[in-house]
Amino acid sequence: MLLTQYGYIAIFLIIAIAFGILPLVIALAIRPKKPNPVKLSTYECGLETVGPSWIQFHVGFYLYALVFVIFDVETVFLYPWAVAYGKLGLFALIEMFIFVILLVVGLVYAWRKRALEWK
Amino acid sequence: MEVINNIFVIIRDVIAVMLGFFLPPTLVEAIIAVLVISVFLGFMTVNVMMQVWAERKTIAYMQDRFGPNRVGPFGLMQSVADAVKLLTKEDIIPTHADKWVFRLGPIIVVSTALMVYGVMPFGDGMVIADLNIGILFAISIASIGTIGFLMSGWSSNNKYALLGAMRAVAQMVSYEIPLVLSIIGVVMLVGSLQMSEIVKAQSGLWFVIWQPLGFVIFFIAGLAEINRTPFDMVEADSEIVAGYFIEYSGMRFAVFYLAEYMSAFASAAIAVTLFFGGWQGPLLPPYIWFLLKVWLIFFVMIWIRATLPRVRVDQLMGFAWKVLIPLALLNIFLTGAILQPWYQGLVQGLAK
Amino acid sequence: MNDPVVILAFAVLAIVMLVSAAAVVLLRNIVHCALFLALSFLSVAGIYILLNAEFLAAVQILIYAGAVMILLLFAIMLTQRAGAIAENPPNNQVGMAAVVAVALFGLLALVLSGTSWLTGAPAATQPNTEALGRALFEYYVLPFEIASVLLLVAMIGAIVIARED
Repeated sequence: MLLTQYGYIAIFLIIAIAFGILPLVIALAIRPKKPNPVKLSTYECGLETVGPSWIQFHVGFYLYALVFVIFDVETVFLYPWAVAYGKLGLFALIEMFIFVILLVVGLVYAWRKRALEWK
Repeated sequence: MEVINNIFVIIRDVIAVMLGFFLPPTLVEAIIAVLVISVFLGFMTVNVMMQVWAERKTIAYMQDRFGPNRVGPFGLMQSVADAVKLLTKEDIIPTHADKWVFRLGPIIVVSTALMVYGVMPFGDGMVIADLNIGILFAISIASIGTIGFLMSGWSSNNKYALLGAMRAVAQMVSYEIPLVLSIIGVVMLVGSLQMSEIVKAQSGLWFVIWQPLGFVIFFIAGLAEINRTPFDMVEADSEIVAGYFIEYSGMRFAVFYLAEYMSAFASAAIAVTLFFGGWQGPLLPPYIWFLLKVWLIFFVMIWIRATLPRVRVDQLMGFAWKVLIPLALLNIFLTGAILQPWYQGLVQGLAK
Repeated sequence: MNDPVVILAFAVLAIVMLVSAAAVVLLRNIVHCALFLALSFLSVAGIYILLNAEFLAAVQILIYAGAVMILLLFAIMLTQRAGAIAENPPNNQVGMAAVVAVALFGLLALVLSGTSWLTGAPAATQPNTEALGRALFEYYVLPFEIASVLLLVAMIGAIVIARED
């Protein structure tokens, strides 16, 4: 029964990918194709591009991603907790409170060190 | 009345029984799945065209204009005309682009936007797969979409595109946390992640009454997650032209557009399922109620677009981490405290 | 488990996983490597579903394919020449590496074939998220709390390394 449900999801996945490809295939049949070097050049408001586009990015992006991963792991613990909460009682609330407080300390630290500022 | 309420489920079951006379059960299930999904996709395509038309028309009236009014009655056919136009446009892949990643990007974005609907109950039993992990499935599928944006932006080999994609992804990951946290309150009340259970638990009162803070956080984070105004600096046209899809033309651009509106509708549909009682409602059939509610929320999204200016990028990131996440955590512990027996006893004692 | 559809699904997922894992090692462009790694993560999630571990599958997608992939790609964007064609350069120790890899494979194969595996363990058919929650918060309280300390250390460490002053 469980796997039947996921069978539907698998069929849906195949059809969803086909749904993304189908309009492109239809367009392939009817659209014009007259490329020239200027048309295929990189768009930069009509100017010639200077320097590479694949540049080095600011470390701030990485910090956001890192704090994101940590909080994402936290939410993964929160979901089974929330599902079972009705049967767990007060102790579980305190456990989760300690867990979250520790992570909030991390968030406050990041905040104070200005790691969450956009530069 | 009962027949009208369950008309789609009945048609599906009748076809299944008829096929069952001369086909093995596994094959029948597969055929039914394909049929259901095809009907759903047909509906979604028409729905997106309606969304585009409704958005343009509503914003036009809010700005004292007429909006599209040439093609068909009230300009209803405008979206169809646009789709046909985009279909005949030349497909341009820049010379310096990473060709295969460039081609894959929009496909990943649109198929993840679609897959979110895999667990969405459009009515009683009108769901493609009612998984036990329902809402978590929707969230995790949506989180794959960010890779699609990054692929499109990076592979275009264009400064605006890469910058737009990096901004989009930084914004989406920042708002994913409050989005996921705001749902936890609802999960605690229901004790299940299954969408049908969440809807059934709201047969009395809608969860928006119990979780007002949760809903507000969900709605704001949802707007940011799908890059809609006022959180649309991803495609801030005055700074980075069009963001990650700047190099995409013709049908590939249309596919991005499609994904954007499907995600907006999905966000509204999840909000309805979690906070507004899903398909439940008096008199009208369930699927009509569901669509009415979802369209109402989508209308609010349009309204916000016509009202608010774009926020600044530094304000945007700070808001997620410094306001929404602490509030979402507060919401979880408030819900936890209220669900405790001693609190319930206190409330009942006070009521006496 | 003997359902032919399940066996077919397992075969497809395993092949996709192995091919994309090989692509991660063999491709030259590092962004392509990262994308194939995401595909590999996704097929692992599929195998979890075949084992009825649906919550674990969702976590695999959310954390690995969703979050860790973004972290990886952002880390690549941090490097000076992200996207240069030969970011994953070949080296001249292919022969040695092959010897070590074959030796390790042989050892693992020996151990695996010598182990008496638990067969016929009952697969979870009930919604198992709740059971997971109860186990985590009734029996494994200490590891759970230690996990939060670990996450805190990871966050502070990263901020100390990455901040500019």
